[in-house]
Amino acid sequence: MIEQYIPIFLVIGVSVVFSMAVIASSKLFGPQRPDSEKLSTYESGMKPVGGVRERISIKYYLVAMLFIVFDIEVIFVYPWGVEFKKLLGEQGISALVPMIIFLVVLELGYLYVYKKGGLKWD
Amino acid sequence: MELLIQAGIALAKILIVITVMLLTVSYLVYFERKISAWIQNRRGPNRVGWYGALQPFADVFKLLLKEDIVPSNANKFIHSLAPFITLFVSFATYAVIPFGPDIKLFGRTIQLALADVNIGVLYVLALTSLGVYGLTFAGWSSGSKYSLLGGIRSSAQMISYEVSMGFSIAGVILLSESLRPMAIVESQYGFMWNALIQPIGFITIVVSAFAETNRLPFDLPEAEPELVGGYHTEYSSMKFAGFFLAEYANMIIASAMIVTLYLGGWQFPYIDKFGLSMGLTAGIQVLSFLLKMALVLFFFIWVRWSIPRFRYDQLMNLGWKVMFPLSLLNLIWVAALIMIFNI
Repeated sequence: MIEQYIPIFLVIGVSVVFSMAVIASSKLFGPQRPDSEKLSTYESGMKPVGGVRERISIKYYLVAMLFIVFDIEVIFVYPWGVEFKKLLGEQGISALVPMIIFLVVLELGYLYVYKKGGLKWD
Repeated sequence: MELLIQAGIALAKILIVITVMLLTVSYLVYFERKISAWIQNRRGPNRVGWYGALQPFADVFKLLLKEDIVPSNANKFIHSLAPFITLFVSFATYAVIPFGPDIKLFGRTIQLALADVNIGVLYVLALTSLGVYGLTFAGWSSGSKYSLLGGIRSSAQMISYEVSMGFSIAGVILLSESLRPMAIVESQYGFMWNALIQPIGFITIVVSAFAETNRLPFDLPEAEPELVGGYHTEYSSMKFAGFFLAEYANMIIASAMIVTLYLGGWQFPYIDKFGLSMGLTAGIQVLSFLLKMALVLFFFIWVRWSIPRFRYDQLMNLGWKVMFPLSLLNLIWVAALIMIFNI
């Protein structure tokens, strides 16, 4: 069973080495002549106004929270999806009922967010 | 000993796949420039090599010889970590993509996939979610407002579309009864392609793939007129090349996943009825996988040069108010199909 995963670990190892080599090669071959003007933010453009680490619109956080809720919902659907045909053979139509209840509960939440304007982006 | 041989075969397959992939990535860039030139009635690159065929290599060598600039305002470690994560994720995802049937060589059965594990689809989903970190870190660590806005936009966009992508994949799993990529391909025998059985899911996954790979019409993270280069504004030399490579590698993965999940993978309809030899059959199947992938990639490029960019609010509305309910509808559609027609 575990030997199935050997190629995956090998691929992960090879891609780590390869990506590191790409990043390292940027220091190896190019010239290195830094000066303070060249290292300034957005060099050769306008001087930036204000700081960078400032507050970000709340909407992004809202999207992140909604994502967590609905992505976990997806993960709960997968095991049911794998077993669905088997359950249908054993229990008939009642294989569908628990999942419908689960989805309806979540879609009520979705409709609530929708009505409250949580998905509105202006 | 047996384990060593297995590891040797695996390593050989990995080296072949990585080489082929690097070549395809560089030529994908070339073909994108050529096709865009044809669409806009220009000639495109035609100076380096035969019809400009050596242009990708010239570009890589140029970037290799450029100075690597890390802005003094940047967080140095995360600034280098971000392209690493992005590259690593896009290369490691190749591990589970099946590109052909099992073949017999020197008395052993060799699978034409790097690894065929029963968590294949989950592996792809997990790694593509990790890809968000690369872009967010790049945006945050650069110490520039353009980068920050690009990074935040891209992470919000990717997580919005990941939900509908997950649901459209659930429709496929209902039919294949497995998360193993090979089983998903085998469940689409003949013309039982998922794109024909569940067209809504096919549309949602294609749209989500555009958003996940940050391609036009959804390339808000790097919208040039407003955000300069987006999250890679402050990158240069091979770190920039890393982002560039990863973007095209992600395109190839997205098309490979669309082909595997929805377009029958490496299957050529009813080829086992033709009575061809086993080697020939396998060859045709691998070729048909590559051809389908090339068609999807061409579609990616075609759309990029035909459709203008969305506004950010339109993008988020499309993701949450259209794609999400549609992908849910697709799931119910598939469940109903299975119950009524027993497929």
